[in-house]
Amino acid sequence: MATIKPAPVDTPPASVEHGSSPAATNRRGVTSGPLGWRIVRYVALTLGAIVMVLPFGYMVGTALSPERWVMPYPPTLWPAGATLRNFGRALTEAGLARYALNSVIVSLVAVALTVAISALSAYGFARIEFPGREAIFGFYLVTMMIPDMIALLPRFQVLRDFGMTNSWTGLWAIYTSGAVAFNTFLLRSFFLRIPAEIEDATRIDGGGHWTFFTRIVLPLSKPAIATVAVFAFLGAWDDFWWARLLLQDPGLRTLPIGIQLFFNAHATQWTTVFAATTLASLPEILIFIVLQRYFVDGMYTGGLRG
Amino acid sequence: MTTITVLAPASSGTDRIRRRRRRSFVAALPFVLPGLAIVLVFVVWPLIKGVQMSLFHWNLPRPERSEFVGLDNFVRALTDDPTFWVATRNTVLYAVITVPAQMALGLFAAVLLTGKLRGRTVFRALYYLPVVTSWLVVSFVFAFLFSDGPGPVNYLLVDILGLRADPVPWLHQTWTAQLPIMLLGIWKGIGWNMVMFLAALQSIPPELYEAARIDGANTWQRFRRITMPLLQPTFQFVSVVLIIGAFNVFLSVYLLTGGGPERSTEVLLSYMYNQAFTGLDFGYGVTIGLLLGGAVLVLGFLQRRIMRGSVDY
Repeated sequence: MATIKPAPVDTPPASVEHGSSPAATNRRGVTSGPLGWRIVRYVALTLGAIVMVLPFGYMVGTALSPERWVMPYPPTLWPAGATLRNFGRALTEAGLARYALNSVIVSLVAVALTVAISALSAYGFARIEFPGREAIFGFYLVTMMIPDMIALLPRFQVLRDFGMTNSWTGLWAIYTSGAVAFNTFLLRSFFLRIPAEIEDATRIDGGGHWTFFTRIVLPLSKPAIATVAVFAFLGAWDDFWWARLLLQDPGLRTLPIGIQLFFNAHATQWTTVFAATTLASLPEILIFIVLQRYFVDGMYTGGLRG
Repeated sequence: MTTITVLAPASSGTDRIRRRRRRSFVAALPFVLPGLAIVLVFVVWPLIKGVQMSLFHWNLPRPERSEFVGLDNFVRALTDDPTFWVATRNTVLYAVITVPAQMALGLFAAVLLTGKLRGRTVFRALYYLPVVTSWLVVSFVFAFLFSDGPGPVNYLLVDILGLRADPVPWLHQTWTAQLPIMLLGIWKGIGWNMVMFLAALQSIPPELYEAARIDGANTWQRFRRITMPLLQPTFQFVSVVLIIGAFNVFLSVYLLTGGGPERSTEVLLSYMYNQAFTGLDFGYGVTIGLLLGGAVLVLGFLQRRIMRGSVDY
């Protein structure tokens, strides 16, 4: 770093966002100048990016392989004669088309239920004063701190008691109940920001809570609702454990289960397995690309996906 | 309620308040009840049920035939089950290594990404990609990378670098298996840490750096004296979330090693799962879950106590 020539005076230092010009070099003459720093940054970031992406590269590269390899040797990122044939195989032989459809249905219903229940609940806590409100809300906060996993097995027993095993209803019960506390917490803070004057105006026009909720609060909270929806979708789409524990009937199985079963049945036929995992990852990656801003700028910082 | 009654001057006023309260309760019910009901039934009730189950030799198909064993399950786990301690060791080791590593690398990436930089959005997206991909998919990918024979990692070590004569059976030995498991955890977590630290870094007023620079502080001093202290709350929050996450490590172990060889790579949750669904010892599985959950709660509490002292800034 020290050997790199001093920075041009008019370039703001790269390390500070709103840096007001000249001093890229400090008094001792040690250069923390833009050029050197910029090179270091690009080299480090590029190396990091390669590490982050390479595993996916192998996944896609293997999936594109023209052969039905158990293990392509040597491993390649772009096989000669790359083809999409494995994707067709994954959909037909592994039966993924059906599993994918199941996953879509399960996930969309989970989204609808989660959004509806969470938004209603958050509105209740944000906008209606009722006895016990603070106590119940505090109680929700406490349940958020209890690790999910404590109750994995007892929840399974409870679902059995209700006859909800081997059904999507059981999955929906798990997905929505696990999300209520956090989403109430998240949406409530959004709903609280809507000015009371608007509520009064609604009231004067003869509207009650329901009118205010559906006509004003929901439309004004679209970004927050969208966040809840996206994470409800991803949570359901990704879920392996509950789907695995609950769904015995092959016709009900979701994508993650289908992939794991196929993997187990065909030992390590990686070409088809990776075609399947690539397909299964597409919705997630598409959602991520479209909504990148929301993910990365992080209104959603609750760490459910930590 | 009582305070209001006392404060209310006349009984008619009290009645009115009561009536309004009742009305507000009625108004709130349709909004609050669905959520509250499912939380009570599917979150709270199982917790109570779990405590009950842990006291039994639980019979899953016929719960009414379960045999009451008192605290035997807890005694067994703590004093009479070496595998429980192996699983505990592996879980703790996983937390001790992956949590600081993720935070350090995430912070490093965030520092590199702060400020003007062409391609910043692309880098951020690429680093975040593993976070949005499901554990199932990335576990398979790591199983592939580290597979026994000519997997990419062995290919690199044996054929390209010539560091080893024979391929390493990564996933079939106790200690070599820790590497892919932990690397997966770190690799998948960096992006989330980066986002958290980026947000925190961007909230630091640039004037502070400006002032420090005028006072002659170099880059390292500015980082050490301004950035680090101001990131303290973020460190605290992130570490709590990550430690809980690390103690919940499950699917990657289950898919990469299945807990083998001979249960030596088992972590607490995979062990819980195996006890319940392979060993069909549900009560014992529940007990392991309760011990794990209790440990996480206590850790979180301690962490908050310890860190509270140092945050006063």
